[in-house]
Amino acid sequence: MSIKTLQAELAREGYVADDRLAMALHLAQSLGRPLLLEGPAGVGKTEVARAMAGVMNTELIRLQCYEGLDASHAIYEWNYQRQLLAIRAAEAKGGMDEAALFSAAYLLRRPLLEAISREEPPVLLIDEIDRADEEFEAYLLEILSDFQITIPEIGTIRARSRPLVILTANGTRDLSDALRRRCLYTFIGYPDRETELAILRARMPGLEARLARQIVGVVQALRAEELEKTPGIAEMLDWAAALSGLGVNDLAQAREEVQATLVCLLKTAADSDAAPPEVMDRLIGKVA
Amino acid sequence: MGITRFPARAEGLADRMAGFIAHLRLNGLRVGPRETGEALAALAAVKATDPAEARMALAALLAGDAEDWRRFDELFDAYWFNAGRARERQAPGAHVRVQSARPKLWQPHFGEEESGGPGAEPDQADSGEGEAEGTEGRLIATRGENLSRRDLRELMDDDSLARAEAAAEAIARAIRDRLSRRRRAASRGEALDLRRIMRTSLTRGGEPIELHRRARPPRPMRVVALLDVSGSMSVHARIFLAFLRGLVGAAEADAYLFHTRLMRVTDALRDHDTLRAAARLSLMAEGFGGGTDISGCLERFMAGYGARALGGRTLVMIVSDGYCTSPPERLGAALARLRRKARRVVWLNPLGGWQEHAPVARAMSAARPHLDAMLPANTLEALTALENEFSRL
Repeated sequence: MSIKTLQAELAREGYVADDRLAMALHLAQSLGRPLLLEGPAGVGKTEVARAMAGVMNTELIRLQCYEGLDASHAIYEWNYQRQLLAIRAAEAKGGMDEAALFSAAYLLRRPLLEAISREEPPVLLIDEIDRADEEFEAYLLEILSDFQITIPEIGTIRARSRPLVILTANGTRDLSDALRRRCLYTFIGYPDRETELAILRARMPGLEARLARQIVGVVQALRAEELEKTPGIAEMLDWAAALSGLGVNDLAQAREEVQATLVCLLKTAADSDAAPPEVMDRLIGKVA
Repeated sequence: MGITRFPARAEGLADRMAGFIAHLRLNGLRVGPRETGEALAALAAVKATDPAEARMALAALLAGDAEDWRRFDELFDAYWFNAGRARERQAPGAHVRVQSARPKLWQPHFGEEESGGPGAEPDQADSGEGEAEGTEGRLIATRGENLSRRDLRELMDDDSLARAEAAAEAIARAIRDRLSRRRRAASRGEALDLRRIMRTSLTRGGEPIELHRRARPPRPMRVVALLDVSGSMSVHARIFLAFLRGLVGAAEADAYLFHTRLMRVTDALRDHDTLRAAARLSLMAEGFGGGTDISGCLERFMAGYGARALGGRTLVMIVSDGYCTSPPERLGAALARLRRKARRVVWLNPLGGWQEHAPVARAMSAARPHLDAMLPANTLEALTALENEFSRL
């Protein structure tokens, strides 16, 4: 599969990927390496995994990282309640099989174990890896290099198929060099005007062309302003949905609606103050 | 843009790829021999005859972070398309020192400090002719109050030093007493360790008799304290040195002094005689005198000690008045980098009323977005009050 066909298939899933991202995904598939995506919030890092799962027609398994994430939430845990019940039941009947107590039936599979025990290779999304702590990163590194997990009571479980691993990070903490070296890397920045327009068209096909151009123009101009939280693609799509929901079809004619729906784009008090009606009029004036 | 003509001895693609990897390594990318093989494998997976595809494939494989990603095109062109090879040779030596250019604004401030700074004995420092006009109003307002509210620059006696140290110890305790978010097996703890209970119950016919527990083990934060001892801070230096000593004594702390240079003083601070240590260090500090290059020192700190001193459990405490000779943008950038390497970054400012003082305000507003907290430390009372702030961080 060349990168052009991959791009086309991603587009069918409603994801507009630029050449570099498509190339990185292609390499991740053909070399079997994890792909690390970095970039500001709301540029569609997580969405890549969903779209890839759609393209590969396979399942998406997601592991959301957080501080203090540990093995029993990421890899596996025994189902103790069930084990205790089984022991009681076995007592009543008399005679119990200890090996059965530590069998797959009593194992709770968490995302990482789940991902390597599928016949069909799934897409494994490890979201916001920089939120997990360093210990977990080291553990993850081990799994990503061998694709096998050892459970003392059962033994080593080897991957039946290699999942496509996509990691995302947005820089709350620097990742270790070791992890970076294991992964392919792509930085996803804010899209240019044409790309963003294509994304809006792919996501909201019913939107009028002029309004779509205006929305993208205003959001692009807003990104150039000094804001605390720069609006991402997700915010732009929210705003477009809000405007079309209100029946707006020309931004220049809908000052009130624009001000009322700015909550979709500007998420802090300081940012709202930075975009008073006059500023918005100026921005809309430029793109109308 | 011409294609690079490789010397005849360079044999085939593998050799040139090794050269490219070496070229990237020279330019600061973290790549090694393993990447050479992987790069060749990656090229086999794409249309390698198309330069655009090869470029994108190698970028995905060889770049490690956003910075590498941004520079990759340039480096790629330099090697494969014969562009800018001369520039590449220059790169290592092209490190410019920025300290020499000092804005006009700072001149009077330095002159004043050179005359009055180094010899600042406790009684002289009281004079109130500070370098910061902005503090003047606040000084007058508090002088009538009790001793502990007086400006730090006036307090140099043993008692105040001891109290600064005590305040630091309280802060150190507040930082130290952190628990991990993970649970470990422990003899007593709030949660049952079902896994171990099940395991040992097997030896008793499935009867859970021995109850094992799990608790959150202590996971103390480390402190890295960076104290500004430039001319403008020299009146505060002793009290903050005592403060630093308290930190180093009570927590896992690492202390540094800086002005235009940076030095590690953790070991010197472990000296048991408070006053002797403080005097020795402030002598050392005053010996350097002169201006401050906060951003330069932060950069050097990260390049040198940073890798060892910083980590996911580090609280960085910068004690400085914010007078800086380098542009505020550079300070912002340095702090942004520091922020990503450390858990928390806190700035203690001994200058009350810095908001009114334009150059400081500019530096501080550049720093602000990258700090977890910016706290006043202009009186002993403020220092003591920091304990609560730190237990929240």
